[in-house]
Amino acid sequence: MNGKEKKGIFGFLLDDRHRTRTISYTMVIAAYIILEVMLKTGSLSSLLTGLLVPATCYLVAAIGLNLNVGVSGELNLGQAGFMAVGAFSGVCVSGLLANSLPPVARLILAILIGMVLTAFVGFLIGIPVLKLQGDYLAIVTLAFGQIVMNLIMNLYVAFDSTGLKVSFVESKFKLEQGGKYLINGPMGATGTQRIANFTTGTILVLFALVVVYNLLYSRNGRAIMAARDNRIAAEAVGIDIAKTKMMAFVISAALAGAAGALYGLNYSTMVASKFDYNTSILILVYVVLGGLGNFNGTLIATVVLFLLPQLLRSLQDYRMLIYAIILILIMLITNNEFLKTKAASLRRKKA
Amino acid sequence: MKKFWKITLAVAMSAFMAASLAACGGSTSSSSSSSTPAESTESGSAAIKIGGSGPLTGPAAVYGTAVKNAAEMAVEEVNAKGGVQFELQFEDDKHDAEEAATAYGTLKDGGMQISLATVTSAPGAAVAPLYQEDQTFAITPSGSSPSVVFSDGENMTGAYGNVFQMCFSDPNQGSGSASYIKAHPELGSKIAIIYKNDDPYSKGIFNTFSAQAEADSLEIVYTGTFKGEESDFKVQVADAKSAGADLLFLPIYYTPASQILQEANSIGYKPTFFGVDGMDGILDLEGFDTSLAEGVYLLTPFVANAEDELTKTFVENYKAKTGEIPNQFAADAYDCIYAMAQACEAAGITADMSNADICAAMVEQFTTMTFNGLTGTDMTWNENGEVTKAPKAMIIENGEYVPAAE
Repeated sequence: MNGKEKKGIFGFLLDDRHRTRTISYTMVIAAYIILEVMLKTGSLSSLLTGLLVPATCYLVAAIGLNLNVGVSGELNLGQAGFMAVGAFSGVCVSGLLANSLPPVARLILAILIGMVLTAFVGFLIGIPVLKLQGDYLAIVTLAFGQIVMNLIMNLYVAFDSTGLKVSFVESKFKLEQGGKYLINGPMGATGTQRIANFTTGTILVLFALVVVYNLLYSRNGRAIMAARDNRIAAEAVGIDIAKTKMMAFVISAALAGAAGALYGLNYSTMVASKFDYNTSILILVYVVLGGLGNFNGTLIATVVLFLLPQLLRSLQDYRMLIYAIILILIMLITNNEFLKTKAASLRRKKA
Repeated sequence: MKKFWKITLAVAMSAFMAASLAACGGSTSSSSSSSTPAESTESGSAAIKIGGSGPLTGPAAVYGTAVKNAAEMAVEEVNAKGGVQFELQFEDDKHDAEEAATAYGTLKDGGMQISLATVTSAPGAAVAPLYQEDQTFAITPSGSSPSVVFSDGENMTGAYGNVFQMCFSDPNQGSGSASYIKAHPELGSKIAIIYKNDDPYSKGIFNTFSAQAEADSLEIVYTGTFKGEESDFKVQVADAKSAGADLLFLPIYYTPASQILQEANSIGYKPTFFGVDGMDGILDLEGFDTSLAEGVYLLTPFVANAEDELTKTFVENYKAKTGEIPNQFAADAYDCIYAMAQACEAAGITADMSNADICAAMVEQFTTMTFNGLTGTDMTWNENGEVTKAPKAMIIENGEYVPAAE
């Protein structure tokens, strides 16, 4: 891939700071136009049509996570927990306003509220968490993800003519006639109207890229990277470490929340156990294999790795086996010194 | 100039990716359809394509595999009869809503005309609206939650109308169990319940059981819960014992149930154990002392050692095909295919009809016909897609299921 940077995150800053983002935007817009045309002409298979929206959800979550893991350098294993907060709050918003707003307005509002709420949760979690470093931070975020999942599994949200009811004890409230559960404990959200669409998903991906790139090239972005590379030196030059880390963490969480809201509104049913640590790890795999701090890499890796298991369906029972082998091969190949030097010399020639 | 090249490259790359994806999608559908003619040319008439998805990998794989095997077997048998011809495409959904929606796309690409929907409930609830949107007829063998057939599963309203169930719905099992216990006071009068509260199946049965128990003024003295893959039930069993319960209702799957039986045995607690269809399979559990299961009651629509001819042949053939004793999921799937065949023949459905036409004809057949299968006789369906059949209460005696008193 040509978009891959040469000398870590600073490489492309020194190079041409517009280059990377131009490639990112172009890739997303071009892919969108091509897919949309195929959709309209009906030449896209049902399988891929169904995969478009979830793919954009994972893209947004992965972009957010890359900001946290790649740029800020904090290993976060709770991204799925943030997605869950966004997903279930988004579903609630959409369910409550089902009769009073048109789908598009509802979708946007749900994503916005999901994003803001998740950012707030991220901020609360961030206060104790960002005092920790390295492994400890990873463990706390992992625990956070599990706690969120378990809380939602026991959360009951319903509304009827008397208003909205929220409880952790199901037997606490009886619903009036015509009442409806928005979140029904372990059964999750059911009967959700599927209002998510590919266009909104693509706009969300572009939005995530704009946010991330603008942060990266700003004063704050450099402060975040400085804090990652050498905490002591950064502190010595007067960078507020807590503030910069918090900024990356909250933005990452907010993007995950937006992705979750979109995801939740794409399926008529969703259970909290979907957002367990496996999903967090999955997104982390997208980010790591795409390259830490490399957002073009994230885009490509997410799309490829998300689609791979589905396109391997023809292998029947062996598909997850082959998927695992391909993952291992990608890791080996991208870390192969020989290939790395080859690629670098090729790039030099071209430049 | 450099920038221009980068952009061109990016466009070319994404174009290539999109194109290769489309090609992949196309090739999978064409490869699956290329396997069709082999079978259809043999029979002379085109085969009707049946789709379906279930967990073939992951922790719930045993259910999906059972359904797939039994459905394949039933399709072979139906085709051998020479009447209506079927062709089955069964996809993996890992017991996950997202994967099930993806599997639905794959099935649609493969030209699915009628469907087994999904094996498990949560994925079923996710794909049911898709089936309704595309007006494709579906009958799930074992997706027992009301949310599979109703868009509002909680209030049981807003039926999809073209998604049917072969198994009992969870509410039926819960209220059926409570009514049975009410009718047989000799089983016990003080009831304790241990259920898995993060599992819609277990919780659904618990909810309706406790509602019916309240209506029947049964006495529930203890309710215990567990979550996930828990394997230590000391607390719950001891609490049930100290609450003085003489009947322990276990609306859970057989693996945790076996651990509860062991725990009860180790503290010398001997209530009447009462399970539902998830208990089916406890006698085949590896490393479990089946003598502990003596006297356990369970409500299940299918037992593998029933004496009727249909069950006997089915069990024999299934054993010959897979080397395993079929469970209730397999029986449900087998019934689904035969019910489809019966409906297709009665309505004169052919492979060249559109999905919507097939769907309308199937719905009409299913709501009017009576079906006799492995999991019940004189089964009928209402317009919501729910099945009516009599639950059978069984008791385990000498390591075998024996029909209990009606």
